[in-house]
Amino acid sequence: MSEKLLNLTLKVWRQRNSKDKGGFETYAMKGVSTDMSFLEMFDVLNEQLINEGKDPVAFDHDCREGICGMCSMFINGRPHGPKQAVTTCQLHMRSFNDGDTITVEPWRAKPFPVIKDLVVDRSSFDRIISAGGFISVNTGNAQDANAIPISKEDADESFAAAACIGCGACVAACKNASAMLFVSAKVSQLALLPQGQPEREQRVLNMVAQMDSEGFGSCTNTGACSAECPKEISLSNIARMNRDYFGASIAGK
Amino acid sequence: MNWFLKLMSSSLGKKYVMALTGLFLCTFLVVHMIGNLQLFKSDNGMAFNLYAVLMTTNPLIKTVSYLLYAFIVLHAIQGIRLVFQNKSSRPVQYAVYDGKSNSSWASRNMGLLGTLLLVFLVVHMSDFWWEYKFGHVPYATYATNIETGEVKFIPAPADYKQFNKIEENVISTADGQYRIVTVKNLYLEVKEGFKAIWLVALYIIAMAAVSFHLFHGFKSAFQTFGLNHSKYNGIINFIGVWGFAIAIPLAFAAMPIYFFINQ
Repeated sequence: MSEKLLNLTLKVWRQRNSKDKGGFETYAMKGVSTDMSFLEMFDVLNEQLINEGKDPVAFDHDCREGICGMCSMFINGRPHGPKQAVTTCQLHMRSFNDGDTITVEPWRAKPFPVIKDLVVDRSSFDRIISAGGFISVNTGNAQDANAIPISKEDADESFAAAACIGCGACVAACKNASAMLFVSAKVSQLALLPQGQPEREQRVLNMVAQMDSEGFGSCTNTGACSAECPKEISLSNIARMNRDYFGASIAGK
Repeated sequence: MNWFLKLMSSSLGKKYVMALTGLFLCTFLVVHMIGNLQLFKSDNGMAFNLYAVLMTTNPLIKTVSYLLYAFIVLHAIQGIRLVFQNKSSRPVQYAVYDGKSNSSWASRNMGLLGTLLLVFLVVHMSDFWWEYKFGHVPYATYATNIETGEVKFIPAPADYKQFNKIEENVISTADGQYRIVTVKNLYLEVKEGFKAIWLVALYIIAMAAVSFHLFHGFKSAFQTFGLNHSKYNGIINFIGVWGFAIAIPLAFAAMPIYFFINQ
């Protein structure tokens, strides 16, 4: 695939701080290489803005290899843009056509307040994890790696749930701004393993309670979360959490 | 009781209520559809009118019907509350939102479809249920010849009234013995009602709403209960789509169309 150059119009959400009302700014981008990632295009835009003496666009990014979950742009109506199973850093400009207008917004959800421009505060996710998304381990020597037998199927399924990078695309995509896919992945990765069993009931009760108190919406089972998830987390995790929560509510200690 | 209140007020608990009441309403729809197929019989409404008596007098069916009314109200109230709660989770809307790329139209519009169905239910129940219970429905007499099975249909005078929902007796005449049954002629109400094209149109629109609502709602209820497994997802999808989103709305829509054409 040979490199091409694109001329694009960017409509980017600019907002000085959490109290500012914010609004769209339009930027003309000339000669954007199709080999650039979406974030690299923003780097170019920011250099332009800095050279013009303007405030660069604030956006989250860290690893730029699709595993940190920081890049959180809502591009043309979809989290992480038009491609499936990618983060914004893995989205390349070859996915766009010359002359396109691209609208870029931050994640929109009450529990994800905008800090600046395209950066949102996702610490509500951290508080959900603190509420129970862990196992308590006593200090001492590390156990032998294979001391506890785990079936291959469970290990695989747990690993698939653990692939969640907590990026928030599920919340961003959901019409209800529901965090069910994130929370259910974090519940499932431990519920599937023997190490997760002692705290299994309390974990799901506490994490759901925290999810609700953060103000996330409830689940309509539209499936938008899973369709937009860069790690393709399955809806079966949500079903598992629904089962576990019901069981823990009626039969829990 | 604390655990129960906690469960019911949680986001998951509210969805369990939606799923449970929704699936119950689905089972009702099956019974309602099968019973109403008797409208297609060319018997001057005898089978349908006797069925209406059974449905409104049998104590077991009456008990279930009160549960049904309660579930309709619960499903509607809870659904409306959830729509507003969910809306408040996103106070600032997106300028561009491409929902069709990741989810079905029906799944994103359950609240709208449900509201349409609630409006339809009010019209539907005031037309037939209210009329049958509290309004003035003319009576009809069916005289069945016990030997030959031949039925004579005799409309009752307009001001005729009886205390019981059904009056039955056997009389002997020169032609033989007749079993005489007098009941409210709900069939006539249906037949007359569907002469109005606007009502037929409303029913067809409402059945389209049923179709889309259940296309998503039926399988969604199982997911909410945590029943999502490759062992049975296929059959749930099949019943949801072919049964509840296609066959049942089509059968119901055929009823007003049948009476409109055959008036």
